[in-house]
Amino acid sequence: MREFPAATSPHLPPRASVPALMYRVLAALVPGAALATWQFGWGVPVQILLAALLAVTAEAAMVALRRRPVRRALADGSVLVTAALLALALPPYVPWWLTTVAALAAVVLGKHLYGGLGFNPFNPAMVGYVVVLIAFPRELTHWPAPAALAAGPDLATTLAVVFGGGTLPDALTAATPLDHVRTGLSMNRTLAELRADPVMGRLAGTGWEWVALGHLAGGLWLVWRRVADWRIPLGFAAGLGLPALIAWGLDPDVHPSPLFHLLSGGAMLGAFFIATDPVTASTTPRGRLIFGAGAGLVTFLVRGFGGYPDGVAFGVLLMNMAAPALDQLTRPRAFGERR
Amino acid sequence: MSDWRGIAADGLWRNNPGLVQLLGLCPLLAVTSSVINGLGLGLATTATLVISGVTVSAVRRIVRPEIRIPVFVLVIACAVTTIELLMQAWAYELYRVLGIFVPLIVTNCAIMGRAEAFASRNPVPAAAFDGLAMGLGFTAVLVALGALRELTGQGTLLDRAELLLGPLGEGLRVEVFEGYRGFLVSVLPPGAFLGLGLLIALKNAIDARRGARPVAAPAHAHGHGAA
Repeated sequence: MREFPAATSPHLPPRASVPALMYRVLAALVPGAALATWQFGWGVPVQILLAALLAVTAEAAMVALRRRPVRRALADGSVLVTAALLALALPPYVPWWLTTVAALAAVVLGKHLYGGLGFNPFNPAMVGYVVVLIAFPRELTHWPAPAALAAGPDLATTLAVVFGGGTLPDALTAATPLDHVRTGLSMNRTLAELRADPVMGRLAGTGWEWVALGHLAGGLWLVWRRVADWRIPLGFAAGLGLPALIAWGLDPDVHPSPLFHLLSGGAMLGAFFIATDPVTASTTPRGRLIFGAGAGLVTFLVRGFGGYPDGVAFGVLLMNMAAPALDQLTRPRAFGERR
Repeated sequence: MSDWRGIAADGLWRNNPGLVQLLGLCPLLAVTSSVINGLGLGLATTATLVISGVTVSAVRRIVRPEIRIPVFVLVIACAVTTIELLMQAWAYELYRVLGIFVPLIVTNCAIMGRAEAFASRNPVPAAAFDGLAMGLGFTAVLVALGALRELTGQGTLLDRAELLLGPLGEGLRVEVFEGYRGFLVSVLPPGAFLGLGLLIALKNAIDARRGARPVAAPAHAHGHGAA
């Protein structure tokens, strides 16, 4: 961190440094991660540790290769946020090599080939996630059953599955609520019938709804501490919720409710933690609303009409691409400026 | 300008159509899912470049500048149609794999670019050699990208070589990684973009290391980033 003499404006120092922001984001991820561990077992912390180890190693190697100060790059904590988001997006019992590919793609392709923190146009965690989602679609749909339906594997089994090339026994896996709805609808079952199935839970899927509420709590804390701008999550909720509300109002038998959309899959994690990345999101007030709404809308479209299990990653990446144009088009008017 | 070494160096490296001019990216990205696809389209493009270069150069004094572009298009289209018919006769399976990209060689801007920039201003032998050098440079990129994508995507090299080489190619398939899971991204379109980007980066890195071309020095060695 360099200190600038405050001889000229701006005289108000920035509220927080990069490490302070990043560690607050990490702290806000704790409730969601803890609830995910409770619901899905040891795989969650194991994947977070594995991804963090890999991402830090890759970061150190890339920074050293670029002849930059390694210690400073690691101390800003941004790579840990990337690793945590990536690990929470991945299914908890994917094999170690898949996490390796994802972490390397995130840090090397998504971050450092563009010039490192602050220069990457795409959210690195989502780059890593989408690379493995496209490359290994089968593994990425292999989610464990939540705790209420099957007791998760113990630590030894978890390590054997993640590092030993084993797979989770079929009895311990379950379709995600989003997948369950998609498959059920394709078999001409109505949502009213589907809702009676055990994986669907009370609001948005057994277990999943708890994780989503955990991320919601952490996210609201981030907004309260002004680490994340409220406009992006609000825009995301509107972009995902309004089309869902319209579709649900038209035919509640084949379109899940807005509440289900908002609390299932990666919606909460994406809205509060991924879309709010200060580097890759839009930076103007109106731009942020549009950015969030676009990411939410793409999520809705991919879930409803696409071939992939969830659309949050695609929504965020597509809007990352649009962010520079959004910034340009929604530039706030300076005081006294005429159009 | 019958500097043969210069023409060769331009086509193969310095002004390579795939890595430097970035022309003809559509077929370059679309068909390079394997070595043989890349090689097949590369050779077809090379033949087109040579034929169109020779023809354009031969008629360069009779064609008025106002109508040169339509004439180039006609010449290139004739060459491509001939090659397409020959491929249908001799390498029908490969023709089916490459599909629409064979007739689309007509629209490959690398060919039009060479006709306009080189063949219409130079004697026939130089134009023929330029077409050959550019074509081989393009083929090299197609093969390199095809190899990269085939290797990472399905763990083999020279798969289905018999499409191009007939019975000779039967035993050429190399299984590099046994029981490889396959990295699907490499075979899909994003892999083409990633692979081409990495190849261009590799070329720039080699150039920078050899000092062959003044590459902009990293201007911001320190003093930016966080804060």
